Formats: sequence, structure tokens, C-alpha cells
Amino acid sequence: MYANRVDERGSKVLPEWSRRVIADEEVERAVRRLDVPFNEFGLDPYGISQDHLITFFSLLAPFYRHYFSVKTFGAEHVPESGRVMVVGNHSGGLPVDGAMVLTSLLLALEQPRLGQGMVEKFANRWPFVSHWFSRVGQFTGLPEHAVRLLEDDRCLMVFPEGARGTGKLYRDRYQLVRFGTGFLRLALTTQTPIVPFAFIGGEEALPTVMHLKKAARWIGAPYIPVSAYGLPIPLPISCQVFYGEPLRFEGTGRETDDVIQGYVATVQERIRELIEEGRAWRRDAVRQGQLPGTGEGT
Amino acid sequence: MKVLVTGISSRFGHLVAQELLQGDHQVLGVDRRPWPDAPAEVEMFRGDIRKRPVEDVFRTWKPEAVIHMATVTHLARRMRERYRINLGGTRAVVDHCQCYGVKQLLFVGRHTFYGADAESPLYHTEAEPPMAVTTFPELADLVAADLFAGTALWRVPELDTVVLRLAYVLGPARHGTLCSYLRGPRVPTVLGFDPLFQFLHERDAARALRLALEHRLRGVFNVAGPQPIPLSTLIRATGRRNVPVPQPLFHRVTGRFGLPHLPRGAVNHIKYPVVVDDGSFREATGYTPEYDEVQTMESFRVVADPF
Repeated sequence: MYANRVDERGSKVLPEWSRRVIADEEVERAVRRLDVPFNEFGLDPYGISQDHLITFFSLLAPFYRHYFSVKTFGAEHVPESGRVMVVGNHSGGLPVDGAMVLTSLLLALEQPRLGQGMVEKFANRWPFVSHWFSRVGQFTGLPEHAVRLLEDDRCLMVFPEGARGTGKLYRDRYQLVRFGTGFLRLALTTQTPIVPFAFIGGEEALPTVMHLKKAARWIGAPYIPVSAYGLPIPLPISCQVFYGEPLRFEGTGRETDDVIQGYVATVQERIRELIEEGRAWRRDAVRQGQLPGTGEGT
Repeated sequence: MKVLVTGISSRFGHLVAQELLQGDHQVLGVDRRPWPDAPAEVEMFRGDIRKRPVEDVFRTWKPEAVIHMATVTHLARRMRERYRINLGGTRAVVDHCQCYGVKQLLFVGRHTFYGADAESPLYHTEAEPPMAVTTFPELADLVAADLFAGTALWRVPELDTVVLRLAYVLGPARHGTLCSYLRGPRVPTVLGFDPLFQFLHERDAARALRLALEHRLRGVFNVAGPQPIPLSTLIRATGRRNVPVPQPLFHRVTGRFGLPHLPRGAVNHIKYPVVVDDGSFREATGYTPEYDEVQTMESFRVVADPF
């Protein structure tokens, strides 16, 4: 009855053609299985829209499957339901890592999950980016958003390296830079398990040799990456996501900084191990000829 | 309860009066504008809240509660007049309440208090400061009136003051900021932005005011309606046409080509959402909106001019 009330006046969130032309069957099935309270418009209380999710992930799916031919390991470590934070390393100068982790959470898990990233503040000032990110659940990285989403039992994707991490140059690849501590306090206050992950391949896909900072200021971004071959376009190099077992920390979130730093170091160490496992896997795979590409960087 | 309502001659004021009468309250109305077909049960007084005749209404009629909603936004170009009405008027009302033994004061504020900005979170709580002062300077007097009304909580502790920050009101009376924005056949939006809009049906809004008085609330509370929806969906569902305009051109086209005029600061409010959390109001009063988002938009669409 509800659906009818809305459909009669054509009040879909996106026009029907966009779904017909773009929609990927597997993505559509996964989005429908998400444990998110959509209303009759296919919208959740934060304005996340089923139609937009289907279009967004249908556009990402070919990259996930073919362009970066992403392989996901340890998918069973991501809980089927309930609040969780997936926390990992930034890999590559563009948010390819984030996009592929989100796609893996949707397509590679038994029970698909909607990962919600904590986006850099500048993105929300850009037309279209602002619109699309708000419809697919990628909100500005504010503690208020994080707490609310976790209390609603959502799945948060966090890169504690922040913009420092995406700004790594090729020569510093897979070296973790300083982690922020905010995510761990939030995990403690909301009693959220942390699933560490390593993203491998992004740094070979977009080997950044320098940054344009002045030009970036014009468009409100922190930097524009310049790759070894000039263009800021990632190469079709295979990538992998390695999820680790959930880490749980006891506490209130009001501990002193040195206590929190200790917990953060544990998470950071676990991610470092996952990165090493991932790079080793990758070297083997290349040696055995299972992976296209050279494996040179790893 | 004997309730005095300031600004009763607005269309929303009429609804509040009806709601109070249905709840078996006695209604006194004050407004500078007439209400010619007011129900016989409403005791109407013409006058300005800052002038002596209205003080005399307090003195002789001794209301137990006051709903103060004689605040204005539409005088976009006459800021001095707005400050006189919104701040001077609120001050007079609080003074009279203190002087003549009023027990409850309800100030009707707006959820735009929190301001719309790229960096503001969804679901504002009452603990947050008013960012509207920076994002929408034209709202500064209303933000100040809201905060000033709140000071009555400690200045006049014997008076139970409640400030309600109401989301946009939508409905057949076509009253308020959102209704005037959606008034025409074409609604200008900013290309590439589609914020969530939060609104409630006018009858739910009126009922929220009655509930706040009956539960004798003290403090500041957000009042929202059903789940917020994107502006583009709101425009389509109310039978309007969305006209996305690139931001650099926005102020050149609004006010022309049949598009409504919008104050400069309002652009932020159609680029970014203002969404409030009304959990504490619901908990304190048991309020839930009776009209969902589809019914609310439909109720506005059917009475609005067909295009």
C-alpha cells in the first residue's frame, strides 16, 4: 500500500531509467538484503537511498571485479550485524581504497553490509559529490556522526591515518603514518568491536610522486596527486583486502591519552601485520603467475 | 488552563487556537492584525505586545500560560523593525509574565537556529550552539530571541519557560518559510546539492505546543516530524518542478522568471541539511507525529495551486 502511494505520483528518488541502464543484478540483490531501515521512498533516517546505492555500487562493481580485480580475504571476520568499525591503512593517492573496501563489504560478505566512511570535510562543499555522498551514506567525518551511526548498529569504515595517509608518496608505500586517536575513544564509548584490515595494491595502482598543493587550494582539496606517468588516474593493477579478527577493548572512552595511545598502537600493529601478510601473499601470487602485474612494488 | 497566544492572527496561530480549544483550554489572543472570523470562545485583543494596552490584558485577565509566537522573518529588508518585534517583543512578554504571575511561558523557535553548513552534523541536539549566526546572518535576531527567551529559565525561575525549536511546518494552511519557498510552480535549487529537509504537518506542530504546556515542560526542546527526505523528492511529491541553478548564477535568477526571491544566507539552507533530534521532546511528552511525510506533503499539494 505504501509503495503504491509513492509510485503513483512517480516520486521515486531517482528516475527509473537510471536503474534500468546502470543497475547490476548482484549489487541490486545485495542492496535489498542490507540491514538498513529504508522507508517507502527507499530512504533511511539519514537520507541514504536504495536507488542511489544501487547506482553507485553498480558503477563501482566493474572496478571491483575487473579493473582492480579485488580479492577479499577474511570476510568472515566482519560481523553479520551490529555495530562495527572496520579500520585500515590508506593505500593510494585517491580514495580508491575506500571505494573498493565499501564494495567488498557489500559484495564479498555472506550478509552484505553498508560501510559508511568518514569523509574529509572538503568533499561536502563540492557540488554533486556532496549530493551523492550524502545519499550513499558517506558522511563528513564528525564525531557526532560516528557516535550516532554506531549507536544505530551501523558499519563504520575508518582510516585513522586521515589525509596524512592518502598523501603518502610512492617511496613511503605501506608505511603507516601516525594514527589519530579519536576512533578508539569512539569505539570505547560505544562498545564497538574493531575489525582491522589491510588494503594492498592501491600504491602500485597510483604511484604518487608529488603533490600539487597550490592548484588544490583552488578547488578546496588538500592536494592533487601527480603519478609517475603524470595523470592522476589509477592503473588497472589487482588489489586485495585482508580483514583480521575483531579486536575488542574494555573502557569508557574517558581514559587518559597515554592509555588510548597504547590501544591505538595495538590496532596499528595488527594492521601492520595484515599488510605484511598481504604483501607476502601478493609476492607469492605474482611468482606463481596467479596475479597479473609485476608485483614490483610489493 | 487560561492561555494567552501572541501572534494569533497568523494562519498557524489559528490552528494553535483551535488545538487549545479542543483541549478544553481557554484562549486569549493578541495580535496587531485582526482575526475577523475568530471563534466566539477566543477572546481577541488588537494591539502590539510592546504597548500598554496589551500589558493591561495580562493585568486584568491573568493568563496562566503564554504562547509567544509573535516573531517575524518576512521583513527581510527592515532589520530594525525585526529587532524591535523579535527581541523587544520577547522582552516585554517575559517581563509581563514575571510581573503578573504567569506560570508557564512557551517560546516558539525554529530549527534553523542550528544553521546549515557543510560541516554541521545531521540530527542536532539541544546541546549544540547556534551556527545559524554565521551561516545565515539574516537569522541573527531570531537566534538571539531564542537564546534570550531561554534566559528566563534562570532570570525568572518561578516561571516554567520552554523553548520549542520547530522544524519547518507544512500543510494546507500554507504558512511558514518552507511553504513560501515551495509556493510557485518552479522551485529553485542549487545544482549538485540535495539536502535532507525535515518538516512536520501543521496540526502536529500545533499539537506539540499544546503537549508542551500540558506536560509543563521546562527547558529547550527540538520538535521534528516524520523522517526527513531530500529536497528534490519533496519538490516532486508536492507537485512542483525542480529548477537546479549553478550556484554562481543563483542570485541572478531568483526573484525573476517566476522564481521566488531568497535572502543570501538562505542558499546554505538549500545546499545543506538542518536535521534535528527530537528524542527528548518525544520522551517528555509522548509525542509522535500523526501525519507521516507522504500525508504531510500530500496535504500541502492538494490545496496549493495546481500547476
